[in-house]
Amino acid sequence: MDAAPATQIPERFNAWFASRGWAARKHQLDMVERARAGRHALLIAPTGGGKTLAGFLPSLIELSERPPANTPRGIHTLYISPLKALAVDVERNLMAPILQMGLPIVAESRTGDTGVARKQRQRIKPPDILLTTPEQLALFLAWEGARAYFEDLRCVILDEVHAIWPSKRGDLLNLHLARLQQIAPNMRRVGLSATVDEPDFIRNWMSPGTVEDVDLVLGPPGPAPEVQVLVPDGPTPWTGHTAQHAMPEVYDIIARHRMSLVFVNTRFQAEFAFQELWAINDDNLPIGLHHGSLSAEQRRKVEAGMARGALKAVICTSTLDLGIDWGDVDLVIQLAAPKGSSRMVQRIGRANHRLDEPSQAVLVPANRFEVLECRAAADAMIANDLDGDPPRPGALDVLAQHVMGCACSEPFDLLALYDEVATAGAYRDLTWEDFEAVVDFVSTGGYALRTYDHYRRIVKNADGLWTVRNEDTRRRHRMNAGAIVAAAVLSVRVMGRGRRPGRKIGEVEEGFLEQLETGDTFVFAGQVWRLETITAMDVLVTPAPKADPKMPSWGSAKFPLSTFLAKRVREMMWDTSKWAALPDDVREWLEIQKDKSGLPEPDQLLLETFPRGNRHYLVCYPFEGRAAHNTLAMLLTRRLDRLGVGPLGFTASDYAIAIWSLKPMDRLDMAALFDQDMLGDDLEAWLAESFMMKATFKKAAIIAGLIERRFPGQEKSGRQITFSADLVYDVLRKHDPDHLLLRCARADAATDLMDVRRLGDLLDRIKDRIRHIPLDHLSPFAVPIMMEIGKQRSPGGAGEMMLEDVANDLIAEAME
Amino acid sequence: MLKSGAAAGSPCGSLRVRLGATEAMLRPSGALWVEHVRALVVADLHFEKGSSYAVRGQMLPPYDTRETVGRLEREVEATAPSLLIFLGDSFHDRKAHARLAPQDAARIAALSVGRTLVWVTGNHDADGPGDLPGEVEAEMTLAGLLLRHEPERGPQPGEVSGHLHPCAKIRGTGGRVRRKCFVTDGERLILPAFGAYTGGLNVLDRAFAGMFGMLPMAAALGVGRVHAIDWRSLAPD
Repeated sequence: MDAAPATQIPERFNAWFASRGWAARKHQLDMVERARAGRHALLIAPTGGGKTLAGFLPSLIELSERPPANTPRGIHTLYISPLKALAVDVERNLMAPILQMGLPIVAESRTGDTGVARKQRQRIKPPDILLTTPEQLALFLAWEGARAYFEDLRCVILDEVHAIWPSKRGDLLNLHLARLQQIAPNMRRVGLSATVDEPDFIRNWMSPGTVEDVDLVLGPPGPAPEVQVLVPDGPTPWTGHTAQHAMPEVYDIIARHRMSLVFVNTRFQAEFAFQELWAINDDNLPIGLHHGSLSAEQRRKVEAGMARGALKAVICTSTLDLGIDWGDVDLVIQLAAPKGSSRMVQRIGRANHRLDEPSQAVLVPANRFEVLECRAAADAMIANDLDGDPPRPGALDVLAQHVMGCACSEPFDLLALYDEVATAGAYRDLTWEDFEAVVDFVSTGGYALRTYDHYRRIVKNADGLWTVRNEDTRRRHRMNAGAIVAAAVLSVRVMGRGRRPGRKIGEVEEGFLEQLETGDTFVFAGQVWRLETITAMDVLVTPAPKADPKMPSWGSAKFPLSTFLAKRVREMMWDTSKWAALPDDVREWLEIQKDKSGLPEPDQLLLETFPRGNRHYLVCYPFEGRAAHNTLAMLLTRRLDRLGVGPLGFTASDYAIAIWSLKPMDRLDMAALFDQDMLGDDLEAWLAESFMMKATFKKAAIIAGLIERRFPGQEKSGRQITFSADLVYDVLRKHDPDHLLLRCARADAATDLMDVRRLGDLLDRIKDRIRHIPLDHLSPFAVPIMMEIGKQRSPGGAGEMMLEDVANDLIAEAME
Repeated sequence: MLKSGAAAGSPCGSLRVRLGATEAMLRPSGALWVEHVRALVVADLHFEKGSSYAVRGQMLPPYDTRETVGRLEREVEATAPSLLIFLGDSFHDRKAHARLAPQDAARIAALSVGRTLVWVTGNHDADGPGDLPGEVEAEMTLAGLLLRHEPERGPQPGEVSGHLHPCAKIRGTGGRVRRKCFVTDGERLILPAFGAYTGGLNVLDRAFAGMFGMLPMAAALGVGRVHAIDWRSLAPD
């Protein structure tokens, strides 16, 4: 039923499909038809649906029917992937049909790893199809030859568009689309996306005008995945994120399958799970490890092992989220809660790349709240009910980089560039005032004190067009282009003779090292190492196979619990009919909570106050994710301080907040305490002083070009910058508080770090719906967050033992 | 009277130290105050560092000079010195004084009214302060101390210098903090950089090696207070 009339595509293509034992699928033919009609199109299809081929098919047909030319032609199709490795992988898949049909088409990739000679040749003699990344495209578009290079462009394909659109990289790509369209008016825009909850968000983002300008093409949905929540024997942990208790069961499941991908949320969890599984690996199953800090060489080895089918399981982080098809995976295991259903659906898509069979997945909750969360996620996935990111207005620091890139490429007219930028979906609401402010920033820094008018980076020429000041400025821009700002990293190397740096085993952020002293042992790349010394750019280590390693927390809490899953968890808690699916001890926990304290209705906020030791505690359970909780706890603490109850500290998890104080809090007016007006001055005041703001400012300053990461002749690491971004921030805030970059930093901090929007929604939802229960002692629900408090106070081995003692006390107190 | 090398707190948050025979206050601003000669010493102001980058196309906010001058004015108001000494690298580059905004230049000039202003020259500003008032010196003596911009190698009893922009990274229970600091062993003293955009060099860097006879102390600048830090609690970058 998928097969369509054979006349739609050239005989040569039909024959090729037939030779592979296939027929062109309906959505592939739909894409050909959309192309013939000259329409922009967004294809949404699950993994394994022949999505990439559907994207390329129209271009392959068009190119194969093109008469030979006497003069060299420009690029016909530009393919953009968010992953370097993906662009290489697709080149392989694309080459198969081209070679097997003998098509006269040249397809090449270009990434940061491409050699200089090849890059130069690509500029002189463009391939018909160029596969590249957004960062490489930024460099192309800041080049003087950009217009001539892209003027024949007929099609741009954005792969994995769901993963990139709501981000700063997406903003930059969005502006690039507008620029390419202006250079090549006949260019078609094609998006390839995994299943998403709101396709119209992406259609609007990628459209030059309105949602209707981009046709929506849907691939076949495929069967619903089979998702199980693992309930191992023994008690369900109260807290923690490692799922250590479930490792024997996870090992058995791995042993029973062909190849499993074991997804975790952080690199720490990856290293931990790897250690745990090898500790019980009596059958010597080939289990590998794959995460973003490992050296490229190590990752390539694991990928090759998967492709050969030589591995039984790979523990991995989001590095394997996106569409690379490395091997014959038949099971996806998620260790610890997935935090969102869309990401999980994409991860599950890694298992079984055949459309007609359901993918298999097992979720492994690490603690009691995660049992609820995993159950909610499994239900959502089976119902194909997805969460997603809301659209965000395009960032102004990214726009500043783009404006500079345009000036480096060719002189621009201010009005024309504004009109062009406003065709980018993310910048459709950009005001002229903001645009002018960005251009002024690019030119002079945009300061109220106009002392830099003599040193402009872009200047108006005699024709009234803006152009870059000189060759040096242009070169420096190109060295700093791109919207990815990585934390300063150090190479981890094995220490050789004479304490010299030897073989590189990977990279770590500076923050990771803050937690370690010389002589400490830690797990990295699946082995135990002793930290010997830190030099300017390297961490030197020696093997310490017998040591009992420290486990520094590492890249933790990357993904917040999605709003959507949080809602499902709250509903499940309230609906006792859903409890049957839960493990006995979790059900018992809910029952005692209901009995001793209470359970909130789905839209209520449960809030408990109780004394413990010589402290008073306020614990509430908003289920809105750690970022929003941190912000809320901080704002509440400020307020409690003003009320004179003497708050001493707070802690926040994905599910709950605990605040402790000298004086009791059970008589407070909770409605007033949680009033929405806390998002006004208090938030502003706190934000300005926050270290998070400084980090955010630095990122914006780098993207906007105020701070250069690299300049000719030298590569700067974070630690070598000769002035401190923090000092610049302090001075700017005092003397020019409305400066463009401060506005950028505030906007970024509010969305990315503190989830202010989500907090606002929460406060609105719980207005007049706070269920305050004063208690004599802590409740069963309060146990996990109370254990978090203990954890934060006592790191290290001795602390762990203390923690265990404290934990048993807490449980006894709450459940008896 | 403090013993040489000893340190004590004070109500204004400063740290009282002895350098050889001279008693001095290390102020939370990063300035040195020698009470009995009423001298205020600051090092490495780096005026116009922002515009120095702007000339080369990196548009740092142009407010560093006025911020630094503002801090100087507050220090002068708090101590009412009869001698104000800028201990070298007062300007970020040799042409920097020509880029001063007229208001900033006027405020700097006003600092010399009613007192002696001395510009000790440094490697960034070897030509001196242009048209601004004040005396220019390569080095000078003061109450038994020798003031120069760049510390000399080897033990230098009584030397007060800047140039190195010392910074201390301190281990604590909640993590680590990095702060500008004074460094002293009771014999010699190195001042932190006073300028608004001046970063710092970790005192464990080899540039500081061999300068101190005994284990020195880092006096880290906190909010309204100088903290005496044991050398053994310092961390490298």
